Amino acid sequence: MHELSLIANLFEIMEEKAAEKNAKKITHVVLQVGKLSGVVPDLLITAFDIYKKDTMASEGELTIKEVPLKILCRDCKTEVVKDDFVFICTKCGSTNLKTLSGTELYLEKMELEID
Amino acid sequence: MGKDEKMKTKEVMVLEDLLGSNKKIAAEIRQKLTDTGILTINLLSSPGAGKTTLLESLSEILAPEYKMAVIEGDIETERDADRIRAKGIPAWQIITGGACHLEAKMIGKLLPEIPADLDFLFIENVGNLVCPASFDLGENIRCVLLSTPEGDDKPKKYPKAFTTSDCLVISKTDLVSVLPFNIERAKKEALEINPALITFTTSAQTGAGIKELAEYFSESLQKIRRTNA
Ligand SMILES: Nc1nc2c(ncn2[C@@H]2O[C@H](COP(=O)(O)OP(=O)(O)OP(=O)(O)O)[C@@H](O)[C@H]2O)c(=O)[nH]1
Ligand SMILES: [Mg+2]
Ligand SMILES: [Zn+2]
Repeated sequence: MHELSLIANLFEIMEEKAAEKNAKKITHVVLQVGKLSGVVPDLLITAFDIYKKDTMASEGELTIKEVPLKILCRDCKTEVVKDDFVFICTKCGSTNLKTLSGTELYLEKMELEID
Repeated sequence: MGKDEKMKTKEVMVLEDLLGSNKKIAAEIRQKLTDTGILTINLLSSPGAGKTTLLESLSEILAPEYKMAVIEGDIETERDADRIRAKGIPAWQIITGGACHLEAKMIGKLLPEIPADLDFLFIENVGNLVCPASFDLGENIRCVLLSTPEGDDKPKKYPKAFTTSDCLVISKTDLVSVLPFNIERAKKEALEINPALITFTTSAQTGAGIKELAEYFSESLQKIRRTNA
């Protein structure tokens, strides 16, 4: 359950950004979570709800945007979205691929209450 | 309303990596150890796949020729570090106290104690095939172990550990005769999700494959030293 330690990192970033804006509250948080990020979205939400008590985000809500695993074939230049994790081009069978998205674990944006 | 009327809500774009601070520390560790000429290997597996036993076997081949040390990560106890020390190999135990993985900052804290004349620094991660995969520790080589009793279907069930690794060690191959484990199927699954994986099969029981793995680490060490030179 490394989701808890990721949420601790998230709060560090959130609180720093909120302080820069002199915010009083964090009301909404949006995360981008790649399909191959290695985290379970539901566990992130659970960890967020545990962690937020007694913070600026105590009433904050977490939204998770799942990012598909997208791959570019360097040989036939096809872009494919992978539902499995098979790193083989579905068009030409090449394994010479580049991961375009799907590994991210980003704080995308948040909604703040400012005086 | 009253008081609330003064409040404004504002949406701010951030786009920051939750693993950003770990990645930054890991990059610093990798740079420092690599510049010193030390090859660092992060061993990942589910509990009991044979990480400590593999290190014990590797030490018998590597220690006469090279200087190696081990950082042990466990939730509790010094047991694994004691096993390594019993082989005459320096070992540091990180007790995570519940955390299911090591993080770069834990390795960073130990860095001042790592002797500069080391050849190999092995890091045995907490036994867990999921969580450690998300945390770069500053290693040069990430090595995932899959032991035959776990079953040959694990790569696709736990993809992150396999897609982020450089090398796969199928361990406890002495047991294949009594298990429905198919080594070729396991390799094929792993290579499908990570075509760049270098694969080894080992048995600490019979010693099979340990020498080949040790050679791979030695060659990788020469490679970073050539790049440094
Ligand atoms: N038959 C057989 N047993 C092995 C082999 N390697 C390890 N074992 C046994 O597997 C058990 C677990 O080995 P460890 O080396 O402690 O495993 P580990 O991955 O370090 O375990 P944790 O640190 O607890 O995650 C021990 O009883 C070992 O003796 C092998 O090659 N063959
Ligand atoms: Mg161990
Ligand atoms: Zn292609």
